[in-house]
Amino acid sequence: MEKALKKSAPIFVLPTLVAFIIGFIIPFGQGLYLSFCKFTTVSNAKWVGIGNYKYAFSDPSFGRSFIFTVMFAVVSIVLINLFAFTLAVLLTQNLKGTNIFRTVFFMPNLIGGIVLGYIWQILINCLLTIIKEPLLALNSKAGYWGLIILMCWQQIGYMMIIYIAGLQNVPDSLIEAASIDGATKWQTLFKIKIPMVMSSITVCVFLTLTNSFKLFDQNLALTGGDPNHSTEMMALNIYQTFYARSGNQWKGYGQAKAVIFCVLVIFISLFQLKATRSKEVQQ
Amino acid sequence: MKKKNSIGSAVLSTILSILSLLWVYPVIMILLNSLKKESSISTGTVFILPNKESFVGLENYIDAINSKGFLQSLGYSLFITVTSVLAILVFCSMCAWYITRIESTFSKALYYLFVFSMVVPFQMVMYTLSQTADRLHLNTPWNIWIIYLGFGAGLAVFMFCGFVKSIPVEIEEAALIDGCNPVQTFFKIDFHMLSSTMVSVGILEAMWVWNDYLLPTLVLDIKKYKTIPMLIQYFRGSYGRVEMGPMMACIMLTIIPIIVIYLSGQKYIIKGVASGAVKG
Repeated sequence: MEKALKKSAPIFVLPTLVAFIIGFIIPFGQGLYLSFCKFTTVSNAKWVGIGNYKYAFSDPSFGRSFIFTVMFAVVSIVLINLFAFTLAVLLTQNLKGTNIFRTVFFMPNLIGGIVLGYIWQILINCLLTIIKEPLLALNSKAGYWGLIILMCWQQIGYMMIIYIAGLQNVPDSLIEAASIDGATKWQTLFKIKIPMVMSSITVCVFLTLTNSFKLFDQNLALTGGDPNHSTEMMALNIYQTFYARSGNQWKGYGQAKAVIFCVLVIFISLFQLKATRSKEVQQ
Repeated sequence: MKKKNSIGSAVLSTILSILSLLWVYPVIMILLNSLKKESSISTGTVFILPNKESFVGLENYIDAINSKGFLQSLGYSLFITVTSVLAILVFCSMCAWYITRIESTFSKALYYLFVFSMVVPFQMVMYTLSQTADRLHLNTPWNIWIIYLGFGAGLAVFMFCGFVKSIPVEIEEAALIDGCNPVQTFFKIDFHMLSSTMVSVGILEAMWVWNDYLLPTLVLDIKKYKTIPMLIQYFRGSYGRVEMGPMMACIMLTIIPIIVIYLSGQKYIIKGVASGAVKG
């Protein structure tokens, strides 16, 4: 079989491979190279060494966006996972209407980031008007919490589904055994259910972590970084460096920032893989 | 004991019901406001229900469809999503089958490259990708699916590989002995066995392509072609004063089909998302 299959390799691999080279490998390689260049287009680039990186690391707006991203990520990870897990526990108790609740909580996931951003911008601005606070465009505190509420609204349903799948995999025999031994509901939750869904917890924590770090559409639509770049996350900061300024040095700076961002995300993902694997072995 | 339980579950159901109402409220709010007169929509009055004076029926919807180019955008979005997802399903499953069945350095290297591409954030390649697309003239709605196939291949190949491993090789060998060539074997046997994974991958990729904003914005010529997310962003960006009424109508027109599809296929969607997330 191997021989026959090897002969037909071009048919099977080529279409995806060609598209992959166009859509990923070439842009990735060029991106890496251009981060060391001053350029306006790909063909018109001049090597400048690590100058772009020096700028990126000393740019206060980039550092600020990193801190904002981290602060956003920490709070949203905790809130999303707490709520999602609680909902998942409640929705695996055979309550009436479980399916309807599940459907409703999951729904915001299907709506795109740009649309979500505008829906919440309208809603939050109205709330702010009523309590006589400055609108989102001038209110970085509201922008921060607005982003967090938006992310919770969107992601809780998704994580809830993963937790439900995890909870349903806990064998009934274990829970029965615990109740025969006289365990209360809380004891069953903390001593049996939570340890048994540890792998779902790691998956969800790191999914929310990478989602928070890569967040772009929602950020652009809800606050656009206003006021004065104070609610700008890393992805948006890179985008603004590329496209919101004129002058031929900015694209190089942006590309260097993008490489730093990429390394950061890869590092987080590797960590995620390791953590998930080690938790799976324990079970 | 039993009585206490039933009271507890009644309280829980009530809390969950209230929470569900809060959950759908933002969408309901947009729906109600999209039925209001343009002059009655302002930042502070969004929570007020439409009344006799402000109610205009479907006027905003008609405006959005007639003069804001909604139908055109819908067409582009639909076409791009369908072609991209079809291409990803067919080509990536073929590629994944080859990678899993042939053990060579080439297929291993390819597999790790695909996995690597899943992790890389779009900002890393956004500029060079849009330049590459321009140079190869892949910058129209008719062939942007090639870009989506390339950039979306990672997740699809990864998920397909996981499933192909569980298909017994014996079935394929039997087909080969019966005179099928590899292409026939794949399409007559594996393609059908992969159908449940196809649904999962298809849903995940469709959600991504349909809602994607940045990639089409950078690749397509915004003056000629706007997908739905681009249209909504364009509404905000380029007008002096945002026309709230038609914009909310647009948002509703985007959400309604998604919700209808979701409600009719929610079993598959939720299952697809769960299995995709656990593997990813």
